[in-house]
Amino acid sequence: MTAPLHDTTAEAEPTAPVDAAASEGVRKVEGRSLKQIAWNRLKRDKVALGGGIVVVFLVLVAIFAPLIVSLLGHPPNEFHQDKLDPLTNLPTGSLGGVSGDYLFGVEPNKGRDVFSRVVYGARISLLVAFLAAIVAVALGTLFGIIAGYFGGWIDALISRVMDVLLSFPQLLFIISLVSVLPDDLLGLTGSGVRIAVLVLVIGFFGWPYIGRIVRGQTLSLREREYVEAARSLGGGSRHILFRELLPNLVAPIVVYMTLMIPTNILTEAALSFLGAGVRPPTASWGGMLRDALETYEHDPMFMVFPGVTIFITVLAFNLFGDGLRDALDPKGTR
Amino acid sequence: MVLVVLLATFTIFFMLPKWAGQDIAVLFAGKATGAEQLAGIRVKLGLDDPVLVQFWDFVKGIPMGRDYVNGNDVTHCAAPCFGYSFRTEAPVWDTLKDALPVTLALAAGACVLWLAAGVATGVLSALKRGTVWDRSAMTIALGGVSLPVFFTGMVAMGVFVHSLGWVKIADSLSTDDSIGTWLQTLILPWIVLAFLNAAMYARLTRATMLEILGEDYIRTARAKGLGEPAVITRHALRSAMTPILTVFGLDLGVLLGGAVLTESTFNLPGLGLAAVQAISNKDLPVILGVTLFAALAIAVANLVVDLLYAVIDPRVRLG
Repeated sequence: MTAPLHDTTAEAEPTAPVDAAASEGVRKVEGRSLKQIAWNRLKRDKVALGGGIVVVFLVLVAIFAPLIVSLLGHPPNEFHQDKLDPLTNLPTGSLGGVSGDYLFGVEPNKGRDVFSRVVYGARISLLVAFLAAIVAVALGTLFGIIAGYFGGWIDALISRVMDVLLSFPQLLFIISLVSVLPDDLLGLTGSGVRIAVLVLVIGFFGWPYIGRIVRGQTLSLREREYVEAARSLGGGSRHILFRELLPNLVAPIVVYMTLMIPTNILTEAALSFLGAGVRPPTASWGGMLRDALETYEHDPMFMVFPGVTIFITVLAFNLFGDGLRDALDPKGTR
Repeated sequence: MVLVVLLATFTIFFMLPKWAGQDIAVLFAGKATGAEQLAGIRVKLGLDDPVLVQFWDFVKGIPMGRDYVNGNDVTHCAAPCFGYSFRTEAPVWDTLKDALPVTLALAAGACVLWLAAGVATGVLSALKRGTVWDRSAMTIALGGVSLPVFFTGMVAMGVFVHSLGWVKIADSLSTDDSIGTWLQTLILPWIVLAFLNAAMYARLTRATMLEILGEDYIRTARAKGLGEPAVITRHALRSAMTPILTVFGLDLGVLLGGAVLTESTFNLPGLGLAAVQAISNKDLPVILGVTLFAALAIAVANLVVDLLYAVIDPRVRLG
């Protein structure tokens, strides 16, 4: 019963031909779905495409980290004291011990392979950032759509909560929270606990960003004819929310989820830098920078590799997200 | 807002450890303490009282002061009482009082710098849209958004302090130190913290200005013969400030997070460093004090931002 009411193409591209009417007879005017339109726009945006390629590359690196490290590096937690100067504990050789054997050099004091740790760090960074974004999107979509659709006191309450959360001293709060949580929780042990906590906490403080956008979009969408039609056909609230409104909110949600991932990567790095991230032997980019803080005067290269990696990763996600937004939403300016 | 934060913080620091099976008395005294001593500590800190009583005692202690009593053993905590540090036994208020000026100076300086730089860059980019200047400014801005502040901080220190020796960073800062020392120590943190945020404001200002410059009243202002500088500053920029201010209000929490990171990177003795150290020491009263203080500071700053709306936008009048 809902099929004819859906019209996602008209939503983003008012001039696009309506498939149902155009498909018969007139051959030249081809109906294009939102996905095709967006893909065509994205293909022309070289910068965004470059960002996208880097993103895919990083995800592959994270997935195949053990393979890459076994081919090009040394196990991430293996100590190589012989590569360090016994007096200063700094890596021997130029540029922090960069060589064909140790692509990114050797860690001062401990002598671990920096390349392997950067590669393994990608797993933590991306895993936490992706999962936290999913948590934020789930909560933000649910509350945003409810606030926008029902209005009234529900909207007032949810909006107020979002305002408070947005102007909250988040980082301070998260590090305090992580510090009082015990090591074993919810049946998880070791770094699993920290990862779960990071995901939940970063996701929880991230949902208002999505929530505000979804709420705003819902406010304008709920006045559309197709919503009224669904209501007059007897559709219940749940049906209208999740079958009629949600499909039309997919584009902004995807865009802001993409733009949220780099923020989450930075937050995760910041937390690890402050010692509230995954626990030490597990490699993370922020944790490496924390270690580098002690020695960077003498061995700047140990700081440069994880730092530049964070920069490239976040930049790539931002470029790709910006491009995706332009592709999916031609009106968006910010 | 402050009340919400107060409740949330309290719940987290007093309830969560309990739910998770951690004993605050053990956190206070260490694991090796005997049961009898622990019981005494519980009585003294009021840990066995109902939660609401504990909460009320804590809140009441802030304006009125508070006595910790265990039989004959009485410790008085003077008026702004946030309790005593579990580790140094110093009043939390003293820690807060010493750390606050550093964080305030850091935050205020960085704010001024980033608003000035961000808005100026954004306006120039909007006016010279599509030129090399515009494109390079926006590229740098995107780069700035993507850099973690602790990395730029370390690079800046490595280059300007350790390699070139242009700046000398003091190990400690107090209100007795000269302005010169403060400036020397804070100049790099200001720039580093401002760079990150200026980038975002440059992007925002550019987008807003582009929108506004297309409005009818700008054309009217030009048509009536007003000089270009007056059109830009008095007509366009003034209405562009409203959305910028809105984002600024929301970013105060982010600013504080940035301050925590900057202080840890540059080893500045501000609230952020105090919090980080307290957290690694599991020093609950200090954590609670700093978090509350931070929330209060943000609430006050938000109020100031709200009042500024009325100054900038004449359509907003205080009710």
